[in-house]
Parts: sequence; structure tokens; C-alpha cells
Amino acid sequence: MLAGLSNNLVSHMKALPPDWPGNIWWHWVIFTIIILVFFLGSVIMFIYMERRVLGKMQARLGPNRVGPFGLLQAIADAVKVLMKEMVTPANADKIVYWLAPAVTFAPVVMVLAVVPFANGASLADLNIGIIYVVAISSLSSIGVFMAGWSSSNKYSMLGAMRMVAAVVSYEMPIVLALASVVLIAGSMSLNDIVIAQQSYPMLLMQPLAFFLMFIAGCAEINRSPFDLMEADSEIVAGFHTEYTGMKFALFYLAEYGEAVVMSTIIATVFLGGWRGPFLPPWLWLILKVFFVFFLMVWTRTTLPRVRIDQLMSLAWKFLFPLGLINLLLSSLEVLAYPDGIPWYFIFANIAVGAALVMLMSRFYKVGGGRVAVG
Amino acid sequence: MTLRTEPFVINMGPVHPSTHGVFRMRVTLDGEVVVNLEPIFGYLHRGIEKLAEERTYTGIIPLTDRLDYVASMTNNLAYCLSVEKLAGIKVPERAEYLRVIMSELQRIAAHLISVGSFFNDCGAYFTPFLYMFRERERIVDLFEMVTGQRLLYNYMRPGGVSQDIPEEFLPALQEVLKQMPLYIDEYERLLKDNEILYARARGVGILTKEMAINIGASGPVLRGCGVKWDIRKVDPYSIYDRFEFDIPVGTQGDCYDRYRIRIEEMKQSLRIVEQAAKQIPGGPIRSDVPQLIRPPAGEAYGHLEAPTGEVGFYLVSDGSIAPYRCHIRAPSLMNLTALRDMIVGWKVQDLIVIFGSFAITMGEVDR
Repeated sequence: MLAGLSNNLVSHMKALPPDWPGNIWWHWVIFTIIILVFFLGSVIMFIYMERRVLGKMQARLGPNRVGPFGLLQAIADAVKVLMKEMVTPANADKIVYWLAPAVTFAPVVMVLAVVPFANGASLADLNIGIIYVVAISSLSSIGVFMAGWSSSNKYSMLGAMRMVAAVVSYEMPIVLALASVVLIAGSMSLNDIVIAQQSYPMLLMQPLAFFLMFIAGCAEINRSPFDLMEADSEIVAGFHTEYTGMKFALFYLAEYGEAVVMSTIIATVFLGGWRGPFLPPWLWLILKVFFVFFLMVWTRTTLPRVRIDQLMSLAWKFLFPLGLINLLLSSLEVLAYPDGIPWYFIFANIAVGAALVMLMSRFYKVGGGRVAVG
Repeated sequence: MTLRTEPFVINMGPVHPSTHGVFRMRVTLDGEVVVNLEPIFGYLHRGIEKLAEERTYTGIIPLTDRLDYVASMTNNLAYCLSVEKLAGIKVPERAEYLRVIMSELQRIAAHLISVGSFFNDCGAYFTPFLYMFRERERIVDLFEMVTGQRLLYNYMRPGGVSQDIPEEFLPALQEVLKQMPLYIDEYERLLKDNEILYARARGVGILTKEMAINIGASGPVLRGCGVKWDIRKVDPYSIYDRFEFDIPVGTQGDCYDRYRIRIEEMKQSLRIVEQAAKQIPGGPIRSDVPQLIRPPAGEAYGHLEAPTGEVGFYLVSDGSIAPYRCHIRAPSLMNLTALRDMIVGWKVQDLIVIFGSFAITMGEVDR
């Protein structure tokens, strides 16, 4: 079976970069380097951007001392973190404690393997790209739970429990949102989805799915207002309270890496990925990724944090039904127009999406409250 | 296999991001739900009441700064009121106006910190907090102009105030008065009707009217429950009976009401300062008071409406230059006594929000 799988993989890789001269191993090496550079570069720029944008929005400056405009601040921080002492708590489960950062970090980079940087230019254009993305991106929550469990710290434990609950719940809206996109695009390969957005980005055809995906994505990667797992004013730093030095840096990297990945997936699936006039495709992708991340920073500066039961009820009572309805509507559209949905459906979809959100928020009750304690 | 769960104890504080100082809560949790809470005070105890017995009446004023350190002006004033009552000292007109202007500006500054840190506890990542610090800075600049200090002002004296205002003070004050309503509008637009804030603060941490009165709560915590009790109105001190202002009261006594009352009180304070700045007369700023005050043997209680509630100083004199006993009524401590009953049954996150809505200052609680 493994051989079959690898053959399958190889044939796909071979098929993929149409303007690529030849050898699959070179392809593998070069794209690995591209992905790592893209990943690390974006993470550093994301950290810089987040701190600067936060600063601007909060009527202060943000980092502006290291390098031009403070651009090297993230690198200076990385060097500092590398030189820190690594502390292991006395009661920690040592092996799990040591493994957790790596388990969290690795899947984050892996997701980028299927993202196309130009037409067909990805490490592997899997025909099940979307499933791969969903499956791999939720793996890192295992690492988070390992960290929370092994630190033998109650704050870490609370953060890890919240994390697992949130990730399990918010997988559903993400899958539903992506499923309706897959229906419209007619393929699960990310490159084919981008190609399907030739005349208009998926954002216009599937506004509701974008809405769901953005909210659920924010929750999945612990962005505010859903950052309960590391709520700094409540449970100190959540699951990585006890981590120091490079292990902490890995969590930090993974956190922003998840933001990179989520922004990249949203940009690819909803904003047309590498598509765009004048500029080279890879630059378009990067611009869109930064735009999506800017939206996330914006929500972070503005909104207070929700409560854990509100987080759950939002996922199951609000996003989940909306996702189901959206999936139904999209499949009806595809059923009615199997050869491509006419462009004027954009307006209908935006109107229906807005109406559905309004209607749902009218009927949606947050619930929760005081519990009688015996 | 049956799964067994057990409640676990978690120590919030004394060093914790949202305990507003060094306060410790020993919290018993059942999952996320708080089943028991035990507040532990005393980490900031400096023995101020005992220290006061060794100092002259004027020398105690710097100590009062260090009680509620985000509102030193009102602490100074409360102490001076009590000394004046004890020794029968008269205060000149201009000093009264200066006192009112300073205490109302102090109320705005303190409420800005309270509301800002309340939002921080709600998890709004520092934005409201920093906005409010930006505006507090304007007020602190005014204070610096007058007293030379930015946190602990040591400004009021028995029989008046320590320094007169410089001539650039009143124009600067007018500027602040003009801009402050715009700033307050900005916060209102940012978060007043936010759905998440509704979900987090409305109906959360309800303090009933009866309980609030029973524990002796005061300030925004009491008025949030709908009790119209403000020392400025019910027992007017200084010259508060000359100004027009309203007392905002809440309806439910939840965290949202307490936050609303602080915002509304800022608006009312602006009104008072505006009136006072218009009417301020010339004249001396301090009546003729000896350096060493020797009040006749007896006792006096002076109180006022501080940003956190009723601050009171109970002084007993034996005729010497130092008080025989100085007791401080700290509103933060009184308000905190309701903490356990309000929090048990809510979740950890609500604990932080409810605790934040009290806006306590540990310097005052521990003394």
C-alpha cells in the first residue's frame, strides 16, 4: 500500500509543475527550501507586523529600535530566546515535556506542502489537498495538550483543556466551509481551487463560507477574541507557562506559524491565491496572506475575549448550523448549474449570507451563566 | 472504567497578571467552575495606621498618598477634612475650589485606570487600557503643573492646599475639559455596545442591593446596584452643595453596570470641574495653621466620596502633636468582602472580570 501511495505521490509530483525541467528530487529539495523560507520569513514579518500594527492601533509606537523601522526586532528576540536557560519543572513528565514543542511545530510547516505559490508550483499538488490541510493542521493540538499535561502546572492544564475543546469544536465549521468551496470548485486540490477562481474570487461566491472560515480559523489558531488557551489576563500563559528558551520559542513560532498557515489557506481558497494582475503570482499570494493576517490583528486589538462556554456555543449553535445551511445552498446551486454558476449569483449569495447571519444572531442565545454549587 | 474527577485548588496571585497588585485568591475549581474562593490579604501591609501615631498631623499626609495610589488627591483631602473637623480649622474659599477641581480630576484619572484595567481583564488586548492611559496622562500633566508630582501628590493641607496653581493651569484645564468628552465618546464607540462585552459583563457577578448595603459597600459598586448613595450629595463636604451634578445609578448590579457608572461619573466630574473653573475666586490658599497642629483632645471622622467609594479617616486626639489613633475606612476592602458570594458558581474567566469590575487598589486594602 505504501508503495502504491508513494507511486501515486510521485506521479502527481511529476505531473505538476508544467514548466519544470525534470527531476522530482530537485523539485522536492527546492520546494522544501522555498516553503521553509516562506514560512520563517512570514513568521518574522508577522511578528513584526503584529507588534507594529498593534502599536499604531493602540496609540503607541511598537518596536522601532532594532534595524530600520525595527524590522530586525523579531530576530533580536530570537537570539535572546536562544540564549535563555531551559528550565524543566521538577514534577514534569520529562519526555513528553521535551517532545511537545516539536510535535506542535512540525505539522504547522507540513500544511504548506500543498499550497501553490504559482500555477502548479507547490511541493505536492495532492488531489485531496483540502483533506490534507484539515487533517494536518489539527495535529498540532496534540502537542499543545502534551505540553499542558506534562508541565504539571494547573494553569497549563486549564489552557490545554480549553485548547482541545476549542480545536475539536471549530474543526466542524472549517470543514463545512471548505466543503462548500470544494463543491463549487469541483476539486480538492488547492491549485485547482485557485484555477477555478478565474473570473471572481471565491470570497464573492461564498461570502458565508469565508465568514465561517475566518471566525473558526481565528478560534482554531488561538487568535483573539478566542485566545482562551493563553489568555494572559486569566491563566498567565496557558499551556506554555512553564516553557523557557528554545522550547518556548518553538511554541511561539508554531503559534505564528499557524497564523501564517491559516492566512495562507484563506488567501488561497477564498481570495484567489496566486491570481492577480501585473505582479508575479508568488507576490500576490504573499500580499493576500498579509491582508488576511491584518484582519486578524485588527480583531485582536478591538474585541474582548469570549468565555469558554460562549466559545463552545458559538461553534455548535451558530457556526455549525450556518455551515450546514451554506453547504446545502451551495450544493443546490451546483445541482442547478453543473457547468458553472452564473456570476449574478454573487449578489444572491451575499444577500442570502447576510440575511442568514442576521437571522441566526437573532435566534442565537449564548446561554451559560452561574452554576449552582452545592 | 469510570472516570473520576476531583476539584483542584489553584492559587491566583499574589503575583498574577490581573490581581491589581499583590492579592491572592485561593480558588477551588471544578473544571472551569469556581466552587470556593478564599481571598488572602496582607501582602502590601505597611502598617500605615500605626505609623500615623508616630507622626505629626501634617506629616501623615504623605502616608495617605500611599493608600489608594491611583487616587492620592482624594485620600489627602479625606484626611485633611478629618483633621480640620478635629482642630476646628477653617478653609479659605479659593482652597475649597482648588480642592474640588483636584479631586474631580483625580476621580476621572482613577476611573480611567479602573475602566481600562477592567477591559484588560475582559481580554480586550490593551487597546482600551492604553487609550485611557493616554488621557490620564493629560490629567497627570495638570497635576504635575501644580504639585510637581505625577502619582503621589501630597497636595492638600489642613486648612487649604500646599501650593497655588500656576497661571498656565487654567488655560490648560480648559483645553482638557474641551477634549475629554471627545475621548470619552471614543471609548463609548469602541466598546459600549460590543456583543462580546455584553456576553461577558451583563448579568455577570450580580451584587444584590441588600447584600451591598449589608457589607457596607460604597462607590460605583454600591451605585451599580441601584442605591443612590454618594457622600457628595448625602453629606456634602467642602463646597459640593454649590455645584450641579447627577449621580448615575445602575439597575442590575452586574459588571456592566459598574463599568457604565464609572463612565457616567467621569462625565459628571467634568461638569463639576467646568463649573468650579468658572467660579474660582482669588484670595489665600491656606488659612493660618501652625506647623505643629495640636488639636484638643477628642475624636473626629471625616469622609468623602473617593473614586472607589467612601474613604474615611477616624482620628482620636489626646492633645499632643500626633494622633492617638488613626483608623482608615478603606472602600476597596469593604467592597471586597462580597467577593466570594459573587464569584462562586461562575467560571474562572468570570472571576477575573468580576474581580476587575471592583477596581480595587491593594495599597488601600492592606494599608
